[in-house]
Amino acid sequence: MNDAEIKQAIIDIISDIAPDEDTSNLKPDVRLREQMDLDSMDFLDIVMELRKRYGVNVPDTDYMQLATLDSCVNYLRGKLVSKTAKV
Amino acid sequence: MSNLPRIVITGVGLTAPNGNSLGEFRQALLNGKSGVTPYEIRYFGKTLAGQCNFEATRYQSRKDIRRGTRAGSIGIYCAHEALKDAGIDIRDVDRSRVGVFVGTTEHGNVETETEIHNVKQYNYDLSFWTHHHNPRTVANNPAGEVTLALSTTGPAYCIGAACAAGNLGLIHSAQMLMLGEVDLALGGGVSESIHTFGIFAGFKAQTALATHDDPTKASRPFDAARNGIVISEGGCLYTLERLDDALKRKARIYGEIAGWCVNSDASDYVLPNSVRQAECMRGALKRAGMEPGDIHIVNTHATSTMQGDEMEAAAVNQVFGDFPGVHVNNTKSFIGHAMGAAGALELAGNLPSFDDRIVHPTINVESLDPKCAMRGLVINQSRKAERVDAIMNMSFGMLGINSALIVRRFSGAGG
Repeated sequence: MNDAEIKQAIIDIISDIAPDEDTSNLKPDVRLREQMDLDSMDFLDIVMELRKRYGVNVPDTDYMQLATLDSCVNYLRGKLVSKTAKV
Repeated sequence: MSNLPRIVITGVGLTAPNGNSLGEFRQALLNGKSGVTPYEIRYFGKTLAGQCNFEATRYQSRKDIRRGTRAGSIGIYCAHEALKDAGIDIRDVDRSRVGVFVGTTEHGNVETETEIHNVKQYNYDLSFWTHHHNPRTVANNPAGEVTLALSTTGPAYCIGAACAAGNLGLIHSAQMLMLGEVDLALGGGVSESIHTFGIFAGFKAQTALATHDDPTKASRPFDAARNGIVISEGGCLYTLERLDDALKRKARIYGEIAGWCVNSDASDYVLPNSVRQAECMRGALKRAGMEPGDIHIVNTHATSTMQGDEMEAAAVNQVFGDFPGVHVNNTKSFIGHAMGAAGALELAGNLPSFDDRIVHPTINVESLDPKCAMRGLVINQSRKAERVDAIMNMSFGMLGINSALIVRRFSGAGG
């Protein structure tokens, strides 16, 4: 997956987890939790969905790498296996 | 007892398979409108159930609906509706003095089944087990979700009392108000049980699950051809207050909690015991200072099982059989068995009788089982009563828990 596809994958997951939020104008370099009403349980949902949809296991020591859309893309580059999303 | 404050019902919020407000529900009961429909659930397959179609997003964000449980959503809807009905803006009350007491038959089965189904897709790898599991399955979940939605900080918990739970939610609310532990109570019961295949499979294994070609005729208490329970979801929460507080704010009063009794069969895991049921009814009368003839509507628990209905009819006949002014009816014939919500919902459907004196019937009695014949049984058509001053609402549950709750017409502060 290229960077744009990874970014879109993250946005798709967030849209499912936080369906009331507008995800169309997220700033890539600002912390997600500063732009949306996301708490630690939501964050664990993101980690779970990455595992379910893309087979990526994010160890808890790496959670900070998922703070912004840009840092998500950097961290997940090369890790996401492009496959049919499993919901 | 006479020194304890009097407790009144001032608001009703409900969702039933045939109505999402007291007005809709009552109209459905008077019109003979069933809420039982075809239903399908994983592993079990096709069956029947009472499903609710209330608008959850009226009071919850989509994220909160996703995060919480169905029982929580039902509780939140009912709590908001009850407050609205009572004319109470929660922002105007001391929220540390609000209690939430929600009866449940069971809680957690839905989420646990869902998670096992989920991890099965991943070869039972438990790293796919959700972090939401514990907050969704703790036994106080529905009550806790109500406090999150209303920002109330008083005591809030669920009361596990099998199918007597709806009554227990009300009774406990009254007790907490009497003791001065809270100033406003939201009490009643909820059920999400149609979302667990286990409850369907369990009743089927007991040969106690209803089947019928016409879903609306499947729940048929007291009928000779009854063959089991229709499982339903639903909820009903009341606002309850001390009479003085209700009068002070000029609240509309639906009725007064007059008396109750909760006892135990101590005889079987699932089979009912008419002797203990009769003792329970008499216990409630004693506490209320009433005679059987003072009750004008007896709302039965009967679930449409062979033995359960017969046992209850025997108990009702024993206590009320000599009193011609007593009417007997049943709500499950319309909506099936709403489990933890049943007692609370069934009472609600009868409360308007204090005003209109119409007793809704029990429907689907095509051939009355002689063993279930009761004096005053209102069959298939509503009946106008001469007077309706008091209602006894019965709810019984597995492991032999019985409850009888008496609500009387409010007849003034001196009455």
